[in-house]
Amino acid sequence: MSAEVGPLEAALRARRSRGGKALVPYLTGGLGDWQGALAAAADAGADAVEVGIPFSDPVIDGPVIQQANDRALAAGATPLGVLDSVGRLDIGVPLAVMTYYNIAFRFGLERFASVLADQGVAAAILPDLPLEEAGPWTEAADAAGVETVLLATPTASDERLGRICARTRGFVYGVGLLGVTGVRDELAASAVVMAERLKQMTDLPVLVGVGVGTPEQAEEVCRVADGAVVGSAVVRRMLDDGGPMAVGELVGRFRRALD
Amino acid sequence: MVIMAEPVGGRFGDFGGRFVPETLVPACEELEAAFCSAWADQEFRGELNRLLADYAGRPSPLTECHRLSEELGLRLLLKREDLNHTGSHKINNVLGQALLAVRMGKTRLVAETGAGQHGVATATAAALLGLDCVVYMGEFDMERQALNVFRMQLLGAEVRAAVSGSRTLKDAINEAMRDWVATMESSHYCLGSVMGPHPYPWMVRELHRVIGDEAREQCRRLLGKDPDVVTACVGGGSNAIGIFSGFVDGDAELVGVEPAGGAAIGRGVPGVVHGSKSFLMQDEHGQVLEAESISAGLDYPGIGPEHSHLAAIGRATYESVTDDEVVAAFELMSRAEGIIPALEPAHALAWVSRAREKLAGRAVLLNLSGRGDKDVDQMMGRLKPDSGSDGDDGPMG
Ligand SMILES: Cc1ncc(COP(=O)(O)O)c(C=O)c1O
Repeated sequence: MSAEVGPLEAALRARRSRGGKALVPYLTGGLGDWQGALAAAADAGADAVEVGIPFSDPVIDGPVIQQANDRALAAGATPLGVLDSVGRLDIGVPLAVMTYYNIAFRFGLERFASVLADQGVAAAILPDLPLEEAGPWTEAADAAGVETVLLATPTASDERLGRICARTRGFVYGVGLLGVTGVRDELAASAVVMAERLKQMTDLPVLVGVGVGTPEQAEEVCRVADGAVVGSAVVRRMLDDGGPMAVGELVGRFRRALD
Repeated sequence: MVIMAEPVGGRFGDFGGRFVPETLVPACEELEAAFCSAWADQEFRGELNRLLADYAGRPSPLTECHRLSEELGLRLLLKREDLNHTGSHKINNVLGQALLAVRMGKTRLVAETGAGQHGVATATAAALLGLDCVVYMGEFDMERQALNVFRMQLLGAEVRAAVSGSRTLKDAINEAMRDWVATMESSHYCLGSVMGPHPYPWMVRELHRVIGDEAREQCRRLLGKDPDVVTACVGGGSNAIGIFSGFVDGDAELVGVEPAGGAAIGRGVPGVVHGSKSFLMQDEHGQVLEAESISAGLDYPGIGPEHSHLAAIGRATYESVTDDEVVAAFELMSRAEGIIPALEPAHALAWVSRAREKLAGRAVLLNLSGRGDKDVDQMMGRLKPDSGSDGDDGPMG
């Protein structure tokens, strides 16, 4: 394991050691005033922000993020365009990029990792790149100093979770349910179980996402988890043309629920 | 040299793999273990072979096309997968996977479909074995293959429209994978071609190997040797891999035929989508391009990873043909042989027809992967536009 703690992990550990719970909103790059929304999310108390680079075939995403991807692509979003803009922003909290593996693969893994590093992006999440296939990417990312966050899911054995915890950087991303991203009426029981299993296994920050759609659900899962990732609920606001203010308002509500 | 060995770690040379969301990794591992054990189990093989014979009608005949051969100046043989129950080669794979699903204790099949042939085959196997069945189909394909939608419904399956992107096969696969992520405990994803994450490309190939095994024996009886050329259409590539597998270790030339509008090898570069690394039509940013073909079954921007490998090592070549050439071939086979082919294998005939001079005097084995009943309405719209049919072969506005 690398001895160095990256900026994302450091920020999440800092929140935990202050006795707090981490909040990481996700929003789709290239969609509307997403740069304004990023800043608003940070101002409203996000500990880090995930920026999605839109992909044509977002296979683990539900209808809301699919629609956001489609709209951003139709508006001309490109990976380099999103990364360039990110580099010019300074929102004061670490950024993680979330995209599908083909985007990085097409870019060239080493080049993608070094562009992330050059643009000041702390971490990358590639949800269709499981442990067994991650080697070439993590090598490039490690060399560039980019933290690769791996996902852990309810279907994994303890043995597998152990290997995921050993290889992930930044935090371990516990997936709250069997299914695609999207807001559900209630928090799935599997979300809390996921957090419990991971907490027993690692000292890394454990954040739960997918199916955490309301401040109440975030509060519920964070009784065990160190934090929550909130995607579709935030993106819904962006799709509804709420602008940065609406995103900031929503993130603020999650922040207050967790404090 | 054994070219089609079991792929180690799901790799075919530089291609293949298992690029799926973490949730699906254990499901793929479970499936791999179940298939390995079933495939080594004589009882399972016996049960499958019985269904293939008594239910699907195997072995399928080999037909020598005398009139077409004369017209084209070569010796054309057809492997008649069109005569299988449900009308295409797809049933070979589906019966195997459905039996496997039962063996794994799954109660529901999820499938994607393009032309509807794989969906119909899956709905059929589900009815036969008493399984629930949901088939995802692009909304645009539901319009141009309406007959197959109704067939699936008659068979008791639920057909769900994929409404994103190009509303064709690629999008149906996305939806089927999203379903499987949420339902993997009770559902088996019955993937319809030699694509997707390991073990699918290998498993589906093994289930279609029967096409090539039969054809090799039939050719040796008829010709006393292997044919000179073996050709098949390629969408994901299952019927092509099935027939190639009987000849890959010999000398026959292997030719896959892609639609010009969905030519993964012809117009693509390596990429990763739907679980494996393979040639893929994509833009310079890595966004997957939308294929555009007259044939819903080939309207796919990717290709199974083993085809990418066969192309990379030079064991098979891949040609592409235009929609107009396909329509001409569709009419040609109908008139010259009394066989109305599906639009998909009409691609292979279109290439044979174009390459006839190069192929002069040679024995050409063509995998006739399906029959044309499903395409008659669409062709009526194209060939007899004032007949009142609403069959349409271009994307709807
Ligand atoms: C008759 C027929 N042939 C071929 C195909 C394409 O599939 P594959 O390339 O896997 O054989 C289809 C798909 O729907 C089909 O219906």
